[in-house]
Amino acid sequence: MAEPVRSPGDAPAERPERDTRIVGKPFRRVDGRAKVTGVTRFADDLSFPRMCHMRLVRSTVPHARIVSIDTSEAARVPGVLGFLTGASMPNTFGILPVSEDEHALCPDKVRMVGDPVAAVAAVTEDAAYEAALKVRVDYEPLATIASVEEALATPEPRIHGYSKAGGNVHKRASLEFGDVEGAFTEADLVLEDLCYYEGNTHLAMEQHAAVAIPEDVDRVTVYSSTQTPHYVHRALSKVLDLPASRIRVIACPNGGGFGGKSDPFNHEIVAAKMALQLGRPVKIVLSREEVFYCHRGRHPVQMWIKTGFKKDGTITGQHFKSALDGGAYGSYGVASTYYTGALQTVTYKLPHYKFEGVRTYTNKPPCGPKRGHGTPQPRFAWEVHLDKAAHRLGIDPAELRLRNLEDPETVTANWLTVGSIGLGRCIEAVVEGSGWRERYGRLGEGRGLGLACGAYLCGAGLPIYWNHMPQSGVQLQLDRSGRVAVFCGETEIGQGSDSVLAAIVAEILGVELHDIRLCVGDTDLTPVDLGSYSSRVTLMMGNAAVEAAERARDLLASAVSAQLEVPADRLVFAERRVFDAEDPGRGLDFADACVAAEARFGTLGTVGSYTPPRSPGRYNGAGVGPSPTYSYSACVLEVEVDPATGLYRPIHVWIAHDIGRSINPVLVLGQIEGSVYMGLGEAMMEEQVFRRLPKRLSGALVHKAPSMLEYKSPTFLEMPPVTSYIIEDPDARGPFGAKEVGQGPLLPVPPALANAVFDAVGVRIDQVPVQPHMILKALEAKRQGAEPRYGPASFPAVDFGETIRVPTPAQGGDGHATKEFERRLHRSKRATSGTMAEREEALEGKKDLTTK
Amino acid sequence: MLRLPPFEFRMPATLDEAARMVADGGPSTRLVAGGTDLWPNMNRRHQKAETVISLMRIPGLAGIGNGNGSGELRIGGTTTLDAIESHPLVRERYPALARAVESISSPPLRNMGTLGGNVCVDTRCTYYNQTEEWRRSIDYCLKEEGTICWVAPNSPKCWAHSASDSAPILAALDARVRLVSTAGERLIPIESLYRNDGIDYLTKRPDEILTDVLLPDASDAASCRAAFWKLRRRGSIDFGVLSVAAAVWTDGGGKVAKARIWLGSVGSQPLFAGKASELLVGGRLDAEALLESGRLARKVATPMDNTDFLTQWRGVMVERYVEAALREIAGLPQERLAPNHP
Repeated sequence: MAEPVRSPGDAPAERPERDTRIVGKPFRRVDGRAKVTGVTRFADDLSFPRMCHMRLVRSTVPHARIVSIDTSEAARVPGVLGFLTGASMPNTFGILPVSEDEHALCPDKVRMVGDPVAAVAAVTEDAAYEAALKVRVDYEPLATIASVEEALATPEPRIHGYSKAGGNVHKRASLEFGDVEGAFTEADLVLEDLCYYEGNTHLAMEQHAAVAIPEDVDRVTVYSSTQTPHYVHRALSKVLDLPASRIRVIACPNGGGFGGKSDPFNHEIVAAKMALQLGRPVKIVLSREEVFYCHRGRHPVQMWIKTGFKKDGTITGQHFKSALDGGAYGSYGVASTYYTGALQTVTYKLPHYKFEGVRTYTNKPPCGPKRGHGTPQPRFAWEVHLDKAAHRLGIDPAELRLRNLEDPETVTANWLTVGSIGLGRCIEAVVEGSGWRERYGRLGEGRGLGLACGAYLCGAGLPIYWNHMPQSGVQLQLDRSGRVAVFCGETEIGQGSDSVLAAIVAEILGVELHDIRLCVGDTDLTPVDLGSYSSRVTLMMGNAAVEAAERARDLLASAVSAQLEVPADRLVFAERRVFDAEDPGRGLDFADACVAAEARFGTLGTVGSYTPPRSPGRYNGAGVGPSPTYSYSACVLEVEVDPATGLYRPIHVWIAHDIGRSINPVLVLGQIEGSVYMGLGEAMMEEQVFRRLPKRLSGALVHKAPSMLEYKSPTFLEMPPVTSYIIEDPDARGPFGAKEVGQGPLLPVPPALANAVFDAVGVRIDQVPVQPHMILKALEAKRQGAEPRYGPASFPAVDFGETIRVPTPAQGGDGHATKEFERRLHRSKRATSGTMAEREEALEGKKDLTTK
Repeated sequence: MLRLPPFEFRMPATLDEAARMVADGGPSTRLVAGGTDLWPNMNRRHQKAETVISLMRIPGLAGIGNGNGSGELRIGGTTTLDAIESHPLVRERYPALARAVESISSPPLRNMGTLGGNVCVDTRCTYYNQTEEWRRSIDYCLKEEGTICWVAPNSPKCWAHSASDSAPILAALDARVRLVSTAGERLIPIESLYRNDGIDYLTKRPDEILTDVLLPDASDAASCRAAFWKLRRRGSIDFGVLSVAAAVWTDGGGKVAKARIWLGSVGSQPLFAGKASELLVGGRLDAEALLESGRLARKVATPMDNTDFLTQWRGVMVERYVEAALREIAGLPQERLAPNHP
């Protein structure tokens, strides 16, 4: 499918350090053979003696009080062992300390179809299934809320009662960096656009599964398909009222996550509770439909964007608004809201910037982080908007972007510190590869090219809960056999983190990949790593691994130096040997080096850890957006459009990604192509949408198509050929110069499609997915002399609250909001009460939000 | 995962035995061939059965060959879709049928699914093809346990749509089907097998077994040109949201002697676009006539909001796809982009 091509002239960057033997070379992933031969044990493959099966009884109504739960008929199903209801687990949980608004089982109220109200365990899966169908729940319906507009217009009944914004608004934010109105005044062209990005879900191949195994009466082990065993560990401790030290969470290899397994989930907690209650292992495997209800996928976001440009294309400033339909729970929603505004500044110079965002609750499955977390939506609006600006200004869209490129190693208007930026080279690679200069605007009716860019974090700068500890830890243990055991809490979700970990340690110690024994994602055995989310693993775990491995190397070097009487700094670790650089014949096998070190120092072990640098932003909301560095991508997409039907087909995708440096270029290509695939799915067809029945007849509010067949996602047949370019511009902040690739390459794909459709048939589709009927409608409008466009007509009327004004670095700011405002804010904060503390308070160090 | 409810599974070895079993079986007995329709439906509990009788062990019920010495082509009811699409006689004489069959679902399902199963496939609807729990959330629908057709709440009838891709092309080609029961057998034109009712969509009695599909000699490629176009989101797997089957017989002078245009998935049964067909008779297949035929065909279609894509747009697509199918028959250059067309 893809041609793994390096961009012309893209020779590996000069590095002063020695050549690598593993890092940067294509190698077979360490878990590859087990996966293709079926040896890998995913959570659903696990089986234990006396294991029983559990199923959750889920709400069939969208918003209601629970009147009664009757299990009597279900209890008569042969093989049923026990039930649980919400009363047994009153403690709430949730991924963010500011929105711990979930119950393992709803105790009094359901907030969406699919909310779990009871659990049944039985000796067989069949019996659990039949029994679950026989549990009767009586509900007293409440008014339902299906959209942002309804949530804004319907303060009561509240889906949750805790948010400070009131009514059914979960979060709102208003931040201004610099002087946006002034920026518009000095602009020659001010453009405004309205865009919409439909919600969609992760659709990981593996459905969530968990097995809980009790030990004694107060210890439990939970195996789960989770991206974040550490956060699951904390949630289990809180809800089960057990010290974390008596709970062990083991993250199984995930059959894909994409953000959909980043929250602690009710089924994991209920399985643990049930196991403790029954005294036997309990397994639960969710159905595909239940996975649609777990969701935590892409928020549907309405957007309004206004930008000022000089005649030469220079951007003077931008005002951006977003309205997120959050669904029934908080999940990562506060972070998602800020993410719709955070990364606009890291691709192009944006001296003045204002962001306003709101997230509302609705009676639908909760949205959260999906590949790109909160940033594909604004990126779509920004890149489509830029394409329009290029046409208005008469500047080539690629040229407009190149003229505005952000400078590397700077601090942006919203106080993000950017590192290396390979975006210019990315743009050049796809422009050259696609023949953009010769072909853009010249392909004739029905064929078009579109260009777009993107950027993403290499790990969130701050942990989910406020603490000063490292975000990743790696422990090495070596013995006299030359075996190197590596312990790390990281979670292999298919992205290749096991391979990255093994490669980094093997590279530094000069051994082979299969000399490394990995132990990962086990809260009893491994140091904490926060999890496989926010594209953090390669950079953070990688840096921790570098530190641990270098310490081990130093230990061995010191012992070998003493034995061979060679200065330690002259020793080379390569090819399973430790030898004198000036006399390579003089050295020890790696195992003998370990013997020497163990004899000298005793049992050999080292640790390494990584804590991201502190970001300079000090205003409320500055916690979302910072990252040690950012990755960049550019994409050109060619499309063929039939103007008589609106049907279209992507013909080819050229995509370049600034990886810093590849640890394994094969895995990098896999992530690039996977991101293109997922981006195309969102751009072309994926929709997590809901259906209401006529209100006079029914209060139903249901997921339209919670199935693999009817939730449309592309297959091989829809996937166009992809040409990928790996752009290497090593960033000193990453291990061996590496940055992320798991999420970034998705970002430019949806806007590139919309821009290509414009080049093909001259109409703007300002929303995704781009559906054929939209193209047809826009073409009709064009024929009738109306605006040749399909997209939202308005942005909801939102009160974003008081604007936090923050002077930019160029204005001489220090990262804080203006003083007067801060003082006022602090006064009002002291007056507020309630159990749900704000993240901002934690960020200011005023409150410790860590759970027990 | 979804679990099948318990039921009795029977495998008769002869057609007579099968006919007796189904006659004695009562209302909770169902026939199954490949199972690609019934098993998912039973998993989701919107089709139920205490006894399921498999036709797959009956010798002679599968197969393709000339029927009793005539020019008719006989395709047995349990012939797999895969066997049909790759059969040289089908490909040579009825290429549009081969094309329709290869557009059904995905290769693994065509390896199991049968022609009889596809001809009789249950009607579909996004309010119906859902799990038991989901259907509880809408208090069920008219097609199963409920009282309201949520597609058209004021309608007394169910609007689930026909989902067979083989039916429209078989109807266009004047195919007949043989139905066998203990009471004897009957041979009927395939178009009279259907009723425009999402619930009671077949005229076949529950005790009848569809044993053969017969394609007339006169419909073969020598005297007739046919085309099959299908619209759906993904060419690799999806059910059609519209299928167009057209067959045109021309006389020696190139004038149309007979035309049959059938539409699938835009009604509860395959729909005959009579006026659109008649318009072509006596004339030549010029571009304007084809355009007009498409316009007339659209009037027959009743796309509803119970499948993929926007309903109004699907109506427009009836015009475009009928025109496209006719252009293929007329040998005119194709202007349509049909991304998922084989």
